[in-house]
Amino acid sequence: MIQDLYQEVILDHSKRPRNFHELAGATRHVEGYNPLCGDKLKLFVKLDGETVQDISFVGAGCAISTASASLMTEWVKGKSRQEVVQMMECFHDLLTTDKPAAAGLGKLAVFSGVREFPVRVKCATLAWHTLKSALTGAGEVVSTE
Amino acid sequence: MVVATKPWPDQTTREAFPVLSQRIHGKRLVYLDNAATTQKPQCVIDAMNQFYQADNSNIHRGVHELSERSTRHYEEARVKAQRFINAADWREIVFVRGVTEGINLVAYTFGRRHIQEGDEIVISAMEHHSNIVPWQILCEEKRAILRIAPINERGELLLDEFENLLTPRTKLVSVVHVSNALGTVNPVAEITRIAHRHGVPVFIDGAQAVAHMQVDVQALDCDFYSLSGHKMFGPTGIGVLYGKAELLDKMPPYQGGGDMIRSVTFAKTTYNDLPYKFEAGTPNIAGTIGLGAAIDYINEIGLQHISAYEHDLLAYGTAQLENIPGLRIIGTAREKAGVLSFVLDGVHPHDVGTILDREGVAVRTGHHCAQPVLEWFGVPATTRASLAFYNTREDIDALVAGIGKVKEIFG
Repeated sequence: MIQDLYQEVILDHSKRPRNFHELAGATRHVEGYNPLCGDKLKLFVKLDGETVQDISFVGAGCAISTASASLMTEWVKGKSRQEVVQMMECFHDLLTTDKPAAAGLGKLAVFSGVREFPVRVKCATLAWHTLKSALTGAGEVVSTE
Repeated sequence: MVVATKPWPDQTTREAFPVLSQRIHGKRLVYLDNAATTQKPQCVIDAMNQFYQADNSNIHRGVHELSERSTRHYEEARVKAQRFINAADWREIVFVRGVTEGINLVAYTFGRRHIQEGDEIVISAMEHHSNIVPWQILCEEKRAILRIAPINERGELLLDEFENLLTPRTKLVSVVHVSNALGTVNPVAEITRIAHRHGVPVFIDGAQAVAHMQVDVQALDCDFYSLSGHKMFGPTGIGVLYGKAELLDKMPPYQGGGDMIRSVTFAKTTYNDLPYKFEAGTPNIAGTIGLGAAIDYINEIGLQHISAYEHDLLAYGTAQLENIPGLRIIGTAREKAGVLSFVLDGVHPHDVGTILDREGVAVRTGHHCAQPVLEWFGVPATTRASLAFYNTREDIDALVAGIGKVKEIFG
């Protein structure tokens, strides 16, 4: 069902993305790019030791990638680097496997509908790939390809 | 006009294409991604099966019956292609994988021989990546310069500005016949006349043209023309590069290998005659035979008939889309073929594509391998519905209904 993909929360966050601005005092910023559809986002992260103190993003993309970035920024704020990396795996499982949704996903569970739309998995994971790069300092521009 | 009095295509036309008879997500398949690739009629599939089941053999080699049959069918396809674009001589028809290879072949051979440091190549602002990147690679290697002829807000080439770019340093013009992203039909005969007035040879990328309109390379007087089989109801991996014999003759070979040589010694190799000089290695024999069958099929229906019908269907589709509030058509050239590219306020094309797919409507979303032209229009991506003659008004109506669904979901 198409409504499983475009749930109310996702539509809301795609139309009114949260934490959608540049971040003064960011300690890291990384760009993410999905060449398949041209989605681009720039992620700003303010780390305090091991903790994500603040996070924001700007960019243009489809509803799924925008909502995913928006909900991700809400979720990761205040979490430790390790918690974020663990959640990344849970989130990926949510999109690509039939495993029961992990505890602690919270609102991120609305993306379970993406499972039925394999070509859109990359849209939902772009922000997370970008965040991973920001936290590990792996590179400047992250591509989903 | 024939189409006004005779409803066409009829049910049998659609039935000739096995893929079209299926349901997608429980809905009738509405295939509107023909600019990416067209569907294949049963006769094309049969011709290729027949080759593998009854005639399979290598060509130009054996003295046995199967080789004789394969060679004959392969060379018959060349003559069909020659007649299809009205080339003067069958030796001017080189089989390649598709237009991308056709362009690369010319860049690699003609380009490397004739383009020197400081020379210029002129393309248009609406080119597909395949008519940009090979020239960029060549220019980088030779320290030559790539010039871009601009377009207007309708997506039409500005001919005066194009002519202004032509200088004594211009060594080649390469332009698309029909733009895959916009549908613009370029005035390629006039472009060729202008370029020739300046002594510049012309390459025309015909990928999006040949399934929609009659092409006559002698009337156009272009120096090179290339087409892809899979965009004209034929198989993938086969296409044609046409070149004027006097140009092809002077060009060095593209790849070395079997079939392109006359004799080999370790001291010296003599190259084969046209067109074999450019066909190294065992070619895509089944694909070539499939392409021949596709040409027969198109000829049976008649390109004039196809053009007139599609023109009418495009006008209908344009009018229907223009009625939708918040929808903007990208590419509104006065001469257009087969393409309806659009953006919808507040909805990303990727979301439009997913929702349309669930309605059984197959479209392309993204930058269509033509990022520069979309950038010029200020959009990162569009949704593109592209037509073939088996599409109907019912298909357009399904597209419009699907867009209604998109608007319903995105409120």
